Amino acid sequence: MSWFIRKEKGINTPTEMKREAPDGLWYQCPNCKKVMHTREHKMNAYTCVHCNYHEKIGSTEYFALLFDDNLFTELDANMTSADPLHFVDTKAYPERVKSTIGKTGLKDAVRSGYGKMNDLEVTIACMDFNFIGGSMGSVVGEKIARAIDHSLKTRTPFLMISRSGGARMMEAGFSLMQMAKTSAKLALLSEARIPYVSLLTDPTTGGVTASFAMQGDFNIAEPGALIGFAGPRVIRETIGKNLPEGFQSAEFVLEHGFLDFIVDRKDLKDKVTSLFRMLE
Amino acid sequence: MRTYLDFERPIADLEARLVEMKKLAESSNVDVSEAVASLEVSISKLRKEIFENLTRWQRVQLSRHPDRPYTLDYISLMCDQFIELHGDRAVRDDPAMVGGFAELGGQTVMILGTQKGRNTKQRQQRNFGMANPEGYRKALRLMKLAEKFNKPIITMIDTPGAFPGLEAEERGQGEAIARNLKEMFSLKVPVICIIIGEGASGGALGIAIGDRVLMLENTWYSVISPENCSTILWRSWDYKEQAAEAMKLSARDMEKYGLVDGIVEEPVGGAHADHAEMARHMKEVILHTLEELNRLSPEERVSQRIDKFCSMGVVVE
Ligand SMILES: [Zn+2]
Repeated sequence: MSWFIRKEKGINTPTEMKREAPDGLWYQCPNCKKVMHTREHKMNAYTCVHCNYHEKIGSTEYFALLFDDNLFTELDANMTSADPLHFVDTKAYPERVKSTIGKTGLKDAVRSGYGKMNDLEVTIACMDFNFIGGSMGSVVGEKIARAIDHSLKTRTPFLMISRSGGARMMEAGFSLMQMAKTSAKLALLSEARIPYVSLLTDPTTGGVTASFAMQGDFNIAEPGALIGFAGPRVIRETIGKNLPEGFQSAEFVLEHGFLDFIVDRKDLKDKVTSLFRMLE
Repeated sequence: MRTYLDFERPIADLEARLVEMKKLAESSNVDVSEAVASLEVSISKLRKEIFENLTRWQRVQLSRHPDRPYTLDYISLMCDQFIELHGDRAVRDDPAMVGGFAELGGQTVMILGTQKGRNTKQRQQRNFGMANPEGYRKALRLMKLAEKFNKPIITMIDTPGAFPGLEAEERGQGEAIARNLKEMFSLKVPVICIIIGEGASGGALGIAIGDRVLMLENTWYSVISPENCSTILWRSWDYKEQAAEAMKLSARDMEKYGLVDGIVEEPVGGAHADHAEMARHMKEVILHTLEELNRLSPEERVSQRIDKFCSMGVVVE
């Protein structure tokens, strides 16, 4: 269902768009195994034209899908992780960050910006799972906090797209407190009566679920996304039983009353815009 | 019977010798008072030495000591009256989260916290201090009740984490914690949060947004337990000691990094060595802190609480 006449999109998007999507001319759907043209897949908002499987995509793709003509001003684009704890596991944390930056071209696990979405000024922050599992450290917390500040200052609606395995262990206590920081900012946003839509994508777990991802005025999700506090492996080990089919899927979470609706990625832009417009 | 941790072994040995010496004195009528006195001095010296040089992992062990005082122990030792309140008004009562109004030093306060069990049966009943969503919702209900009647809130945290179960997920464990985090920032009454044992992850934070967050000396507070951190980063359970070191999860660390506001000292030998003294000192700290917080207006408290947590984090720009 479409709320607006959809404009042709994504045609002039830069080539790095395909960072998370498989390269090459053909795309094979990991779900139904059918093959389609990469371009066709991209035009379909990176969903399978056969089975509607939603391919995992990152901030570059979401920004191109959501901001009109892919025009937006990025916030805090150069912020990177520090290493306050001098954390070393099998590798020193700064090395891990540096090599991930090299591999992904990203600075950390979230990007934020503002621009127009169907002519409506909005602020959007979007997580990148490719960056250390979309884990939340100081950069993620701080960038989301500042995106909310921008939303407050300009009185523009806030859209958060989550995709994360949870905490950045290498920032330990600092990582934990980002849950508190983002919650504090969202409390202020709420008080200012600026709408906040939280989109949960595959997967959203741990501290992200237990903070900003579940604090939306509207919590929505993409079809089939895994959403939970504890990960499925941990739960399986705790209860010593296999988990029922569909457990922790977006559909399961909707059925249990924790989501407002599930949105097809092809309708995301128009549906979220409609919602924001209704609240003006 | 007392439980000794591995690093307390030398103390245990000396204490066993002391017991024997006293027994010998009784049966043989030999005067050993001088030897006993000197042994007692040695024991207290040794204990002080060991407890002044604890590693982070040893503090984790102490935080889990089976004789450590739990939330209800503190309540009964510190308070003149306590009326326990139950239930989240939606699903059920969660025995892993307890709370109610109490009389503390002549004033009414709301005290709530996670609760562990002392023996096998209790431990199961309390779910090892791991709350379900109902627990977090009960905690929020009690906090709102305290706010309504303008009573300060004291929370006590001792949990290995929020319960990772099937029903917990069905009933929205993530949503329950997330709601508490947001709501606690708007509470108009003073909020003091104290880590009294284990402070694991979101399950701890879910009742730990306060004007003052304090940690007892031998506790830990971090994003994950050292065992789970070891399993994920080193792919083996065996690196828990390194993980504890790397995460800098002790009270001293957390205070140094500005992630908690202060440390509550424990008696030498740990909180479990002297419940009464521990509770006496904690009461003193709470009353003193409340006095400080009462000097601020509700608006000042809320904005300082928000600013404090918003300043946490280190980035490069
Ligand atoms: Zn398909």
